[in-house]
Amino acid sequence: MASDDKPHAERFPFGIVGAGLGVVTRQLPPDEPPPLAPNADLAVIGRPVPRQNGRAKVTGATRFTVDISLPGMLHGRILRSPLAHAEIHGIDVTAAARHPGTRAVLVVARPDELTGATLRYVGAPVAAVAAVSMVAAAEALRLIRVDYQSLPFVADMDEARNATAPPVFDAASAPAGYASGFPARLNLPLDGNVRGPATDGRGDTAEGFAEADLVVEGEYRTQVQTHCCLEPHAIVADWRADGLTVYMSTQFTAGVRHELAEAFGLPLDRVRVIVDGMGGGFGSKSTLGSYGRIAVALSRQAQAPVRLVLDRQEEQMDSGNRPATWQRLRIGAKRDGSLTAISLVSYGTAGVALGAGVGNVAQALYACPNFAAAQYDVFTNASPGCAMRAPGNAPGAFGLEQAIDELAERLQLDPLTLRDHIDPSPVRREERRIGAERIGWRRRHAPGADPGPIKRGMGVAQSLWGANVQTNSACEVRVMRDGSVEVLSSVQDIGTGIGTVLAQTVAEVLGLHSEAITVRIGDTEFPAGPPSYGSRTTASITPPARAAAWRVLRPLFREAALALNAAAEDMAVRDGRILVRGDSGRSIDFRDAAARLRTDRISAVASRSDDYGGFRWRMADAAQARQDLGGVQFAAVAVDTETGVIRVERVVAVQDCGRPMNPLLIESQVQGGVLMGLSYALFEERILDRHTGRMVNPNLEQYKLAGACDTPAIDVVVLENYQANSATDAYGIAEPANIATAPAIANAVYNAIGLRLRALPMTPAAVLAALGKFPARS
Amino acid sequence: MSAAPRTIRFTLNGRTVAAEVAPQESLVTMLRDRFALYGARESCGQGLCGCCTVLVDGRAVSSCLALAALVDGRAVTTIEHLDADGTLDPVQQAFIEAGAFQCGFCTPGFVLMTRQLLEQHPDPGDDDIRHYLAGNLCRCGAYPEIVQAVKLAAAKRRGAAG
Ligand code: FES
Ligand code: FES
Repeated sequence: MASDDKPHAERFPFGIVGAGLGVVTRQLPPDEPPPLAPNADLAVIGRPVPRQNGRAKVTGATRFTVDISLPGMLHGRILRSPLAHAEIHGIDVTAAARHPGTRAVLVVARPDELTGATLRYVGAPVAAVAAVSMVAAAEALRLIRVDYQSLPFVADMDEARNATAPPVFDAASAPAGYASGFPARLNLPLDGNVRGPATDGRGDTAEGFAEADLVVEGEYRTQVQTHCCLEPHAIVADWRADGLTVYMSTQFTAGVRHELAEAFGLPLDRVRVIVDGMGGGFGSKSTLGSYGRIAVALSRQAQAPVRLVLDRQEEQMDSGNRPATWQRLRIGAKRDGSLTAISLVSYGTAGVALGAGVGNVAQALYACPNFAAAQYDVFTNASPGCAMRAPGNAPGAFGLEQAIDELAERLQLDPLTLRDHIDPSPVRREERRIGAERIGWRRRHAPGADPGPIKRGMGVAQSLWGANVQTNSACEVRVMRDGSVEVLSSVQDIGTGIGTVLAQTVAEVLGLHSEAITVRIGDTEFPAGPPSYGSRTTASITPPARAAAWRVLRPLFREAALALNAAAEDMAVRDGRILVRGDSGRSIDFRDAAARLRTDRISAVASRSDDYGGFRWRMADAAQARQDLGGVQFAAVAVDTETGVIRVERVVAVQDCGRPMNPLLIESQVQGGVLMGLSYALFEERILDRHTGRMVNPNLEQYKLAGACDTPAIDVVVLENYQANSATDAYGIAEPANIATAPAIANAVYNAIGLRLRALPMTPAAVLAALGKFPARS
Repeated sequence: MSAAPRTIRFTLNGRTVAAEVAPQESLVTMLRDRFALYGARESCGQGLCGCCTVLVDGRAVSSCLALAALVDGRAVTTIEHLDADGTLDPVQQAFIEAGAFQCGFCTPGFVLMTRQLLEQHPDPGDDDIRHYLAGNLCRCGAYPEIVQAVKLAAAKRRGAAG
């Protein structure tokens, strides 16, 4: 056994199983567990282990944040702006404060003596109350008198781009640095409502286009999508003299703890954030949010716990959304398909926030020597956007992948042949091969070839997503003297099943069943875990879980070795026993070895090491692996040319997430990503009334989500791709699975009717308009 | 401004109970605030998502829309009652086996609707299932597994009956 305290060379599995699995030698950092074999040779990792908390979910026993009830708990409610742009000159809360049920009143938009407070969208928080009941809170809110002065506003992105449009911000008030879950580029010029461009480039696109035999050019539009988590944004804040405890439906307990400590001037050890059941986030529950800050301030004022839960209208109006985009793409190519230049110009609006870019698909998906992008954020009087499942890349792929499809047709190449030529990724090459076979790509006909009114078609689209890692991720593994095992981290389970995956990871190391591992997560009392966004949870927390389990196993090996009269370095685990490697007759039950421990409990804490081969980049706690996560999706659709209805009949999704830890959970994530992509493609759209700035469909009725009847047959294939990066080599899947669906459907629609729909959502009205049967929407 | 509360009596999960409710109080609020039953949860608040489903006299009802006062004299069954004897209902068992949820926020509603579906159609086809469950939303997109779970539950029930 090599010494663990020095880095040393080890041989790791490397490559794609079934398409050239090999071996690579890498330096293993000190104190990291030895290389993990491919899944085929493992007992628990890679197996379809059912979710640990299934029983609680089917019996209603899971406690979501909305279910938390504390003694003396008050109910908070927020008064929101009815106007899209206004200045508040006065606000009178006296009557609200006098309401018998009121326990705290907070003015959020505070006018000072000289200037009013500015509100910039319908739904912006103005004031809030905490009262003894929801009814009392609503009554008290109605007693607040606000003196609004309405200001000119602009809710539509195209209008906002006009030089004459009312400015949403001036240079001093415009947000600069951070929004939408990403660091925005700093110091970009602001001209009216248009901020940018953020530019990227390589080579010389003018030369590239001059060399091209063919240029395709197109404009694409994507709509605002809202997250529609079924559990609304919810918090119960309990401010006490000895510290603050917050129950919150959040994607990042450890991050919210930091935000709270900073916002309220508390040391980290006085702030605790807890989440048990978590009813969906999709990016919208990444931060504390204004409602979170309000609830805590109310609790501090009232000296009592305060529950604040947004209702569905508030969810739709002000809990984040995926920004709308407009993109113009030009792609130049040689006759053989080689790309000579790509140029991208995009304008997007995240309302009063930044972060409406279209990601990096155009930059990075295909080999092209000359590239230029100019991306602009446009401010509008609309609620702030935020990250939503594959922000940037989902709208970006809708444009790029249609442009590539169009290019293939113009070159008279099969779309897969063209991609084989211009896509350098071995992962996607294999994914195309598998997917084409599954969907029956050979049967694909020429565009619009079906004779009848119902026309069928097939399309393909690709994706890429960064393999993200949070280095500030830690996990503790404890073994008790009775042989029971716990794994602890503040990481939260937002529905992906990370708790089950942690149990599998630890069980594999200790030679136990995953059900034998008690998982305690979602509480900042435990070692700080990663956020559940950016598809980084699995990549960040499973390696330290394996490392911690491996470290805690060593004292047990020493005890077992003593008992078996063998050397500790010859010990191995299997089926609940510790045995002498190569002599399985000599073994001791895991529990008996634990019983020999000197203390009741032993424990090890590990944190995420750097990738063994190094990161592509690292900034503070965030880093990215050198390889991207590639995906390819195929869609088969039927378009009714008389009603305009598009039915997606089948989707084949072939995805990469490194080492698949649990195929059941991964398939479920991929299906969910496909369905959200389908819903984005066909149904969802936040509609703002441009005359009032109000959302006209702030519910789940006129804002339509895909349901059971809209669900196609979904075929999921997950590659097993080893890159020798970490103790588990596993990555995320939730976002990668959400990128290629909409463009694959759009390309299938083109193949069905021979007409290209370049705007989302692809509604029956849009189809009929394209067919010339219905006036186009202005 | 709240009108006078009134006392109602009804059967809740097999027990006779009484509660003093305000006229505008919804059934879901009453179940949560007065009986600490949290399995029915409000999400859309408009009868569109099914997260708040309970059974009233055996029929599935959106408890966000139903007034608490209206269950006076009736029988209300919530998700918490299905395993009252310690064993899971075959539908619950099937949802676990098929992995028919991610976050699980929608699950109680789907389970209750599935039970009602199987009482009316013991052997539903895929399309029957999808249409019957069209009033329940799952934002995590677990529909494929949910349809599988319903079929599995149907098979379990037929097995138990036959
Ligand atoms: S909350 Fe009652 S149906 Fe949605
Ligand atoms: S499992 Fe999350 S909404 Fe259905």
